Amino acid sequence: MPLADILPEIAVLLTAVIIVLLASFLPRHLQWTNAPVALIGLAIAALLLFSQANGEARATFSGTYALDMASIEGRLLILFATAVTVLLSPRWFESDARHGEYYAMLLFSTLGAMVLAGALDLLLVLIGVLLSSATGYVLAAYHRDWALSVEAGMKYFLVGALANTALVLGATFMMGMLGGPGFSEMAAALAAGEASPLLLVGLGLVTMGMAYKLGAVPAHAWLPDVAEGAPAPSAAFLTVVPKIGAAIALARLVSLFPETDFAIRALVAALAVITMTLGNLAALWQEDMRRMLGWSSVSQAGYLLMAVTVTSLTDNAIPALVAFLFGYATANLTAFAAITHLRGRTDRSDYAGLLKTAPLPAIAIIVAFLSLVGIPPLGGFVGKLELFLATIDGGYVWLAIAALVNTVVSLVYYLRFVTPMVLRAPSESVLQLGSWSCVATTIALISVAAVGILAQFLIGPIGVSAFLPN
Amino acid sequence: MLTLSILIPLLASLGLFVWSDGTKEKARLVALSASALSLLCLIVVWIGFNTGPEAPAFQSVAEVGWIDALGVAWRVGVDGMSLAISLMSGLLFLCAIAWPAETKGRARQYYGWFLFLQGVSLGLFLTLDLLVFYVFFDLTLVGMYFLICRWGHDQAEYAALKFFVYTLAGSLAILLAILGLVLANGTLSFDMRELIATQPLGGTDLRSSFVLFGFLVGFAIKTPLVPFHTWLPLAHVEAPGPASAVLAGVLLKMGTYGLVRIPFQMMRETFAAYAFPLAIVALVAILWGALVALGQTNLKRRIAYTSVNHMGYTVLGIAAAGAMIGSESVQTLALSGAVTEMVAHGFITGALFLIAGSFYSRTGTYDLARYGGLARVTPLLMAAYFLGAFASFGLPGLAGFVAEFQVFAGTFGVYPVLAAIGLIGLVVTAALFLMMGQQIFFGETRPEIAMVKDLKPAEIWPLSVLLAFVVLIGFVPGGLLDMIQTGSAFASFHSSVGQ
Repeated sequence: MPLADILPEIAVLLTAVIIVLLASFLPRHLQWTNAPVALIGLAIAALLLFSQANGEARATFSGTYALDMASIEGRLLILFATAVTVLLSPRWFESDARHGEYYAMLLFSTLGAMVLAGALDLLLVLIGVLLSSATGYVLAAYHRDWALSVEAGMKYFLVGALANTALVLGATFMMGMLGGPGFSEMAAALAAGEASPLLLVGLGLVTMGMAYKLGAVPAHAWLPDVAEGAPAPSAAFLTVVPKIGAAIALARLVSLFPETDFAIRALVAALAVITMTLGNLAALWQEDMRRMLGWSSVSQAGYLLMAVTVTSLTDNAIPALVAFLFGYATANLTAFAAITHLRGRTDRSDYAGLLKTAPLPAIAIIVAFLSLVGIPPLGGFVGKLELFLATIDGGYVWLAIAALVNTVVSLVYYLRFVTPMVLRAPSESVLQLGSWSCVATTIALISVAAVGILAQFLIGPIGVSAFLPN
Repeated sequence: MLTLSILIPLLASLGLFVWSDGTKEKARLVALSASALSLLCLIVVWIGFNTGPEAPAFQSVAEVGWIDALGVAWRVGVDGMSLAISLMSGLLFLCAIAWPAETKGRARQYYGWFLFLQGVSLGLFLTLDLLVFYVFFDLTLVGMYFLICRWGHDQAEYAALKFFVYTLAGSLAILLAILGLVLANGTLSFDMRELIATQPLGGTDLRSSFVLFGFLVGFAIKTPLVPFHTWLPLAHVEAPGPASAVLAGVLLKMGTYGLVRIPFQMMRETFAAYAFPLAIVALVAILWGALVALGQTNLKRRIAYTSVNHMGYTVLGIAAAGAMIGSESVQTLALSGAVTEMVAHGFITGALFLIAGSFYSRTGTYDLARYGGLARVTPLLMAAYFLGAFASFGLPGLAGFVAEFQVFAGTFGVYPVLAAIGLIGLVVTAALFLMMGQQIFFGETRPEIAMVKDLKPAEIWPLSVLLAFVVLIGFVPGGLLDMIQTGSAFASFHSSVGQ
């Protein structure tokens, strides 16, 4: 067994196990020490990942696990997002008696997303989705005594149970019709055979299951509730990390299908338009910052699906997907980090005059929003630019135009939250959460700008690397 | 050198944002010196600028890699057109910053945003990379949004939002068009020089038409042309005086500059095919802007609508020059008139909006009905106003005349009927400026404004600099015209003349 190839995953797993043990023995006032342990584990995993990035794309474990640039950069981003979440957590959960285990849950969930980013086998995709979901429910409902948090967890679980059932059922159909779970054998069977109804049903069900992880229509309903009700660090994590893994996994799946004969690209394109439009319209008049961010995250999943649509139709698709993921993840993390730093304040009127009373989080939120709109030279701009480029190149011009209209609409609701911060008089003194979340906000904020300015280091390697299993 | 003129104001603005204990005076000093330094860099480029017949397409070129995978790089360089517009912009920014502004207790941020805007505006005119062009195009929106939002008048929030949404829609249309254009080129490159040389899209097939349409809509919103102009009066009325001056003087030029640089130069055939409809839209803007301006009772709205009118002249000139009918000299004349109009309009309208700012800071209103008989009270203000107004409707000997004469002379050679109808616009503007002048300065002095003071020295300096250039261009236009006609934008005319 080429164990060396999955050392990053092993590092994350071992760290999680260590944390479970530590958390059960450490006294309550020392539970926070699990946070640095988690950070060290994540750093080690990231270093191990860097050593994998040697330019060649290969599959390992009998062709079930991809070590290409998309997988490596995706997993690096997952580790980064987790690290920011870890930094947000110690003060937020200070009063929680079972604080330490939170980090273990985070790391298990991270592991699920990492597996998704590399999976070249439908069964491995299933394992990734289930691992990431099962831990996600716990993360969303971590405030056991707070109704909103429990509701968020419950909703996440109910939608998730349905979507995961669909996924498993669809995967069974697909494996049955195509003769095996491996992506490369599927691709071979698809090239030879033609569409059968059962295969299409299976494909539709699998897409729906992945849409749940992405937060896209038709399984998007959990996202606004989780964004609003889950503990703020969990919300930051759950709106970002599972999407990274799921987007890459879905792109791999779509890339198996030939350009014609199968309606999969049209289906994904339709989902993309519906998702971005619905998310934007629902976000338009929200009075609650976190709920608005939840809906905005839905609409961003719609943009993400644009890149999935044109996978293997253009060379720009995978760079677009990864660049957009980086842009979205950093901006969304920044926004949630700032909200966490402000102790989860969420009502629009509470943000009045924030630029004066709490400049750092206010600037972080404004920059994050500008990046989500796609204002250059921030990270979101490079993502959207690549996305438009890939979609036009792939022949889906109408999709790019739909995204354009949606981007203009999205500006309205982001600015609705920016203007009171800038214009209104501050009402009260602002309580902030201390240095941990301050550091996290700063790091996330820097990363938003860095993704845009240093985009070459992101897009360059991925443009020349192959995207498995092709 | 060009890079420096962009970076100095940007860095200084960053410095102002983080410098926590700067007083208003210090902040103003920093802003003034950064702005002046940046202008100085441009002047150095100007001194070294070669206007001879063998001048290269672009001068002072510099290039640094950015996103190689996409063919995007930091490329700067000037031809006569961009140098003229950048020099005008640099000067106008300096004057707008020098103008004594009501900073509402946030002087650092106010001057910071102004410097930011100066940096990104110059960047837009000086860059030779399409994507960097787009980056700066978008960043001007952000800068202007905050300026209107935080230092505007009563309805500032709504005006800023409308401005941002409208122009973002326009800029995204441009982004899609840019991508369509770049993808039509064989290699992925955003280098303007390469795109001008290869002309990736020609003809009137669906794709070329769509790309051109994207550019036209995007730039028409920014310029603005009827029917995309409705954000402009609102944004102007709510913005503080110096911000209006910059908005009208510099930001509107981005639309027309982009129109020349991108569709006009990079897809000449397609542009020529659609030049006539564009000329008609320009004509509508000329007449509509003039007539609606006549009906306004709000001082600033009136000046704002004359901007719609004047940018109509510019677009008319560009359309006539791009139509590829008529002789080369006629087309050169039309384009040269359009570019001169950009420069002249920058100085003239910049001055007029600063004057409007002076009125507001004295009386707190833009309502024309509240004014009257100021001639005796504020003679200097009156002199400045009438000089600006005369220049604006094209009195010979002033900058506006040089521009409008060329535009109309060139257009007569291409679209004689349109040019004839367009002349009505000039008459209406003349009427409206004179009527507004009468209303404000002559008649009975109203008691509630009898106590206002004349211009302060801090206002006189910027105004006299701007108006001096208006007169200078009017009397000795030769130097400016020589500079404008050098280099890339006019290269196609010269080459065919040479054949």
